[in-house]
Amino acid sequence: MKPGTASAACIALLRRDLLLVWRRRGDALNPLLFAIIVVALFPFALGPETTVLARIAAGTIFVAVLLAMLLSLDALFRSDLEDGSLEQLVLSPHPLSLLLGCKILVHWSTTALPLIVVAPLLAQLLQLPAQVLPVLLAALALATPLLSLIGAVCVALTVGMRRSGMLLTLLVLPLIVPALIFGAGACNAAQDGFAYAAPLLWLGAWLAMAAILAPLAAAAALRISLT
Amino acid sequence: MNPLLLWFHKLGSPPYFYRFAGRWLPWLYAIALVTGAIGFYGGLALAPADYQQGDSFRIMYVHVPCAWMSLFAYLFMAANGFVALVWRIKLSEILAMASAPIGAAFTFVTLVTGSLWGKPTWGTWWTWDARLTSELVLLFLYFGVIGLYHAIEDRRQAARAAAFLALVGIVNLPIVHYSVIWWNTLHQGSTVSFLGPSKISADMLWPLLTVAFATHVYFFASLFARARVALLELESGKDWVRGLLPATEAAHG
Repeated sequence: MKPGTASAACIALLRRDLLLVWRRRGDALNPLLFAIIVVALFPFALGPETTVLARIAAGTIFVAVLLAMLLSLDALFRSDLEDGSLEQLVLSPHPLSLLLGCKILVHWSTTALPLIVVAPLLAQLLQLPAQVLPVLLAALALATPLLSLIGAVCVALTVGMRRSGMLLTLLVLPLIVPALIFGAGACNAAQDGFAYAAPLLWLGAWLAMAAILAPLAAAAALRISLT
Repeated sequence: MNPLLLWFHKLGSPPYFYRFAGRWLPWLYAIALVTGAIGFYGGLALAPADYQQGDSFRIMYVHVPCAWMSLFAYLFMAANGFVALVWRIKLSEILAMASAPIGAAFTFVTLVTGSLWGKPTWGTWWTWDARLTSELVLLFLYFGVIGLYHAIEDRRQAARAAAFLALVGIVNLPIVHYSVIWWNTLHQGSTVSFLGPSKISADMLWPLLTVAFATHVYFFASLFARARVALLELESGKDWVRGLLPATEAAHG
């Protein structure tokens, strides 16, 4: 049998993964609920004072979104590992990094994109000033793919482990700290009326680099874990 | 073959390395102890008090060498990890994983001494300054490498996975090193420089360099001790390990 082209394989993989998410759309909503609950806890703990909430709003939303994504990263390869399709991906004649890139894209568009969509709601809950919202959305749009990409490398290393949740957090968080600092930093700068372009440009630069390197690294890591 | 290259290739063989490390181990410990004692005597007793900080600056003789070592150990770990991943050399896997806990300990000591010094000088135990934060991230990276290594059952696969993580985490090293230049926050800039004149009095500098030398030697002593144990564990089924224990084998046989 002749293998199809790489782009056909990517499209098939994208369709399959999106379909799988769609069939279990209840599960896909979990990160969203988690983020909303975490954000809603802060006014309970700190009191409903508008000035306090507005001060911490951007950072809190950032942390909540990153944690919610982290929660869903664990499942990135799990079902594929269990039914054996992950090994088929590794064995396929197409570049593994390209296929993993598709999986990362699906992960980002099914967990991060909904989170970005509800971010304005979260911002309202925490009284974020209206002029900061576009900056927050831009920072999230740049930082969440970074987390998906870096997270995929770490998930590939821990794939097949029974209880990898805590370990995964330990592996991902140190690597994602710069994205958090710069993303939340841009929002805080915008809130204080300073220039905020530089941190966003840094995030964009990292994203461009990670988009190229992370799928390659994830493929190498997956080959290590599956040998 | 070039004798040095031949020796280097031989060193990759576990039994050869085991004997080599065993021969050097007492010497390394002795050198580290003596130079460390000289350096600390020079730093704590001979060096003059600082004109601004008084005697509290002397914690630098622990803090700065440990901070250098925290980066050196990571670099050593990542370099060995690279060798382990590319050439599949068993000894490099062992060395990379043996240096992780030592590096984590140096990083921890750096953070603790820095915070002890920060309290009287800056008036706070901790501040979210760029260098402190990046050093803390370095500690978490070490923990991640150690955690991943112990979470995987197969020792060699665990070492390769953890070595890969160490390579990914190497992006943090330049951030730690240049953090005091890129972000001008509380932590002071570097006063010791390899290229160009150092901004530190010679009376204060020589003990620092002596202690730094001692910590490097100590690192290798500790590394050899750990690597020897790890090698015995990994190769416990091999003939050369059985040959080391003729008495017990006779008892079992």
